Amino acid sequence: MSAPVNFHSLHDLQALAKVFATVAPACDYWSLRLVAEHWDRLEVRQGVMEPAALGHSLGAMVTVVTRAGLGYAATNDLSRAGLRAAGRQARDWALAHDQHGLFDAALLPRATLQATYDAPVEEPWGEVPLSDKLALLQQANAALAISPRILDCSAWLGWNSVDQLLVSSAGAQIAHHLEFLHSGLLAVANAGDQTQRRLGGGADWPQQGGLERLAALGFVEAAPQVAEEALALLEAPECPTETLDLVLMPSQMMLQIHESIGHPLELDRILGDERNYAGTSFVTPAMFGQYRYGSELLNVTFDPGVPGELASVVADDDGTLAERVHLIRNGVLERPLGGALSQARAGLPGTANARASGWDRPPIDRMGNLNLEPGSATLAELIGGVERGVLMETNRSWSIDDSRNKFQFGCELGRLIIDGELGELVRNPGYLGCSAEFWRSLDGVGAADTVEVRGLCNCGKGEPNQSLYVGHASPPCRFRQVDVFGGGA
Amino acid sequence: MSAQQIEEDARDSFYTLARRLNAETRTDETLFCELNAEHSDFVRLNQNRIRQAGQVQHARLNLTLIEDRRQAEAQCDLSGDLARDFEQARALLRQLRLRLRHLPEDPYIQFSTEATRSDHWPTVPLVATGAAVTDIMTAAQGLDLVGIWASGELTTGLASSVGHCHWHVSRSFHFDWSCHGGADCAVKGSHGGVAWDVTPVRERLEAMRAELDIMTRPLKRLTPGRYRAWLAPMAVAELIEMLAWDGFDLKSQRTRQTPLLRLLDGEERLDSRVVLRESHGAEGTGLLPAFTSEGFLRPDTLTLIDQGQAGTPLVDARAGKEFNQPVNAASGAPESLIMATGDLAADQVLNRLGSGLFIGNLWYCNWSDPNYCRITGMTRFGTYWVENGMIVAPVAPMRFDDSLYGLLGERLLALGADASLMLSAQTYGGRSLESACLPGLLVDGLQLTL
Repeated sequence: MSAPVNFHSLHDLQALAKVFATVAPACDYWSLRLVAEHWDRLEVRQGVMEPAALGHSLGAMVTVVTRAGLGYAATNDLSRAGLRAAGRQARDWALAHDQHGLFDAALLPRATLQATYDAPVEEPWGEVPLSDKLALLQQANAALAISPRILDCSAWLGWNSVDQLLVSSAGAQIAHHLEFLHSGLLAVANAGDQTQRRLGGGADWPQQGGLERLAALGFVEAAPQVAEEALALLEAPECPTETLDLVLMPSQMMLQIHESIGHPLELDRILGDERNYAGTSFVTPAMFGQYRYGSELLNVTFDPGVPGELASVVADDDGTLAERVHLIRNGVLERPLGGALSQARAGLPGTANARASGWDRPPIDRMGNLNLEPGSATLAELIGGVERGVLMETNRSWSIDDSRNKFQFGCELGRLIIDGELGELVRNPGYLGCSAEFWRSLDGVGAADTVEVRGLCNCGKGEPNQSLYVGHASPPCRFRQVDVFGGGA
Repeated sequence: MSAQQIEEDARDSFYTLARRLNAETRTDETLFCELNAEHSDFVRLNQNRIRQAGQVQHARLNLTLIEDRRQAEAQCDLSGDLARDFEQARALLRQLRLRLRHLPEDPYIQFSTEATRSDHWPTVPLVATGAAVTDIMTAAQGLDLVGIWASGELTTGLASSVGHCHWHVSRSFHFDWSCHGGADCAVKGSHGGVAWDVTPVRERLEAMRAELDIMTRPLKRLTPGRYRAWLAPMAVAELIEMLAWDGFDLKSQRTRQTPLLRLLDGEERLDSRVVLRESHGAEGTGLLPAFTSEGFLRPDTLTLIDQGQAGTPLVDARAGKEFNQPVNAASGAPESLIMATGDLAADQVLNRLGSGLFIGNLWYCNWSDPNYCRITGMTRFGTYWVENGMIVAPVAPMRFDDSLYGLLGERLLALGADASLMLSAQTYGGRSLESACLPGLLVDGLQLTL
């Protein structure tokens, strides 16, 4: 593979870390997180190449603990003077925190771990010529344009890599090399005042890895169906508005897990840090170990070890070893999503999920890979057990209250289920409910061979704001008696 | 060295970098160099104590190389060391040149061929963050305050081989916060600007203490249904922000993806008092650059909704070329929205509402059915039940699902006589300089669903 120009290797990062060690401020503890990112994005829209965009970024996040204070400084001036200045700035902020801090910074874990993680990549981005990628995109885009009613269509391929080195004054040395492929197809169909869109080709299925993922996604092959479904939705009846059984495919389950299990279990929300922005949680510390979150079929894990899942890592950004743990077992809530600092503040167990979106943001509690463990049903059995219901797939809209309880989701596509059989297509399908009750209506969970390892690249949270990648693996699931609705005035 | 001198050095350094890169280009090539730099302090508060405090210093260079109707873009960070940055940018330029050979022609390339110049400098010094945050914590003693202080300097530079030379520096601060009295009991504050004075924050905090007294009364729990409501400016901002999402841009309109499709087709119309403008002239904050990445100058004002009917769409350079319309925007999303005010005076809002909902803030809005401009979302901070013109109780968070065609159409009773200028608190990818200046709205029915 030919490395991109200006490629910053792990060796470069190690050299910078050595420089920082010579200019680090006098303090009780410091850590340095160096992040080098590279990216490339190609898109063909309506047969025309959009401006191709590549780039790279390299910066440092310095964290300092002195006395009872904790402070940070992020910079992309990586000269000796720049790193020294960042160390001093971080120490100044630590002194301010020492005076007015919410907690004693002695609670911050001292990272000592030495570990390495390499994302699985079989077909590296750089090994396939640009002309081949463009030809693939033109082919996929052309396959979407099957009707004059398709008013807009796009095919895209994106790649990014992240090389991160975390070192600390306590001896930590943690290196990650991550690579991600982002592919997608979009078809927008219109007839009169009705517009429908359909995504596919991996648009809602990002993973770690390289171009080998395209074969699994059936990138070009998927295009006709994407366009046909967008067209079919134009003519489909509205989803009925009534209380029905609901089968959610993994492409919607990931949002359901994300919003109504992931966010409410974030320990920093429970500790109140996010009350001004992302919100709080209906979950309280007293609930752990006893609260019935869902039916017996609900098992949810924090699992950083699933090959290819977006947030698979060896350690979090505070340097805690990442390990698989159950958050909910047989429907009972066991532990929150909280990194070592939040665990110490709350006096609760947690997970290795202190994560930052890049070198210019400090770690906070995030989701990582949050997965719903498989059950034993086939998809046919899940559908077969429904007398009257709707199957929904591909999230289109999401909204939930700041305690993460009252939610409403919309999907791109629905199908009626009548007497255990899949029926006609319905458009604008949506449903609403409350987290605390919804998961107790779970009465069917797909088997291991129905699990799809998906994820989201736009989970937003934090002040300052951070948008990052989270993984969600799930089988299709069935819920009883849910309020569903369709579109219209 | 003064802050002004440091900034002038940064400008000269950027122009030198661009000049050297331009010297590398061939006669048939056009190069645009854009700098986006941020130097910001962020102090996060919880329980009126510092939760997380730090500083971010970041400078990014965007290169766009155009040759023979082909174009490609690249981005890298700048360290501040001119020699090092030039070598890095030159390597990217070479990479772009190689890439252009493989790219097809792009019929939608468009850039300004007029070598315009501008220089914009802030007139105020940087706010001293430490002192400001201490002022706030002192004023908020006894309150459970949660929020974020963000302040500093943002710089945008543009230089091209055409001859563009634009430099825009802004210094601003934003304090976005809430005060809490227990579960579902919170009120919101937000204050941003260029010159710091604790007085407005102190006054708002005092008002919030009184509001929290009301918020600690027993919650009123509403059942789903349609309720008469006053939407305060911050709640209106959440609704109008949804229209920024494909609502006004030419491409979404021509490909019929806009949620305002029925308005464009004349099947719906909004109340004739609804006027929305994108304003970068005297009405704007002056924080945003007046130029686009392609060297175009933005018009002072565009009327996006004119007396309830679709007005001028936002046209960025690419959409302008594709649909043969003049460029009038940096992107398809508004950045400085102004809504015309009405005649409902602030001290008459409760009387005119009579009995119904006073909604301070909405939260987590999303499309329920964009074809009908139907939005769902939640009530959040500072939402009360009003009876006979008197606030009687806080309201437990409720979900709404309603169409803007109704809320801004046949159910719009009145617009507030005063507009609130709200700077964006968003910091994804850097501090936002977007703003909205909006009045509150009195509506004869907001549909609550859960």
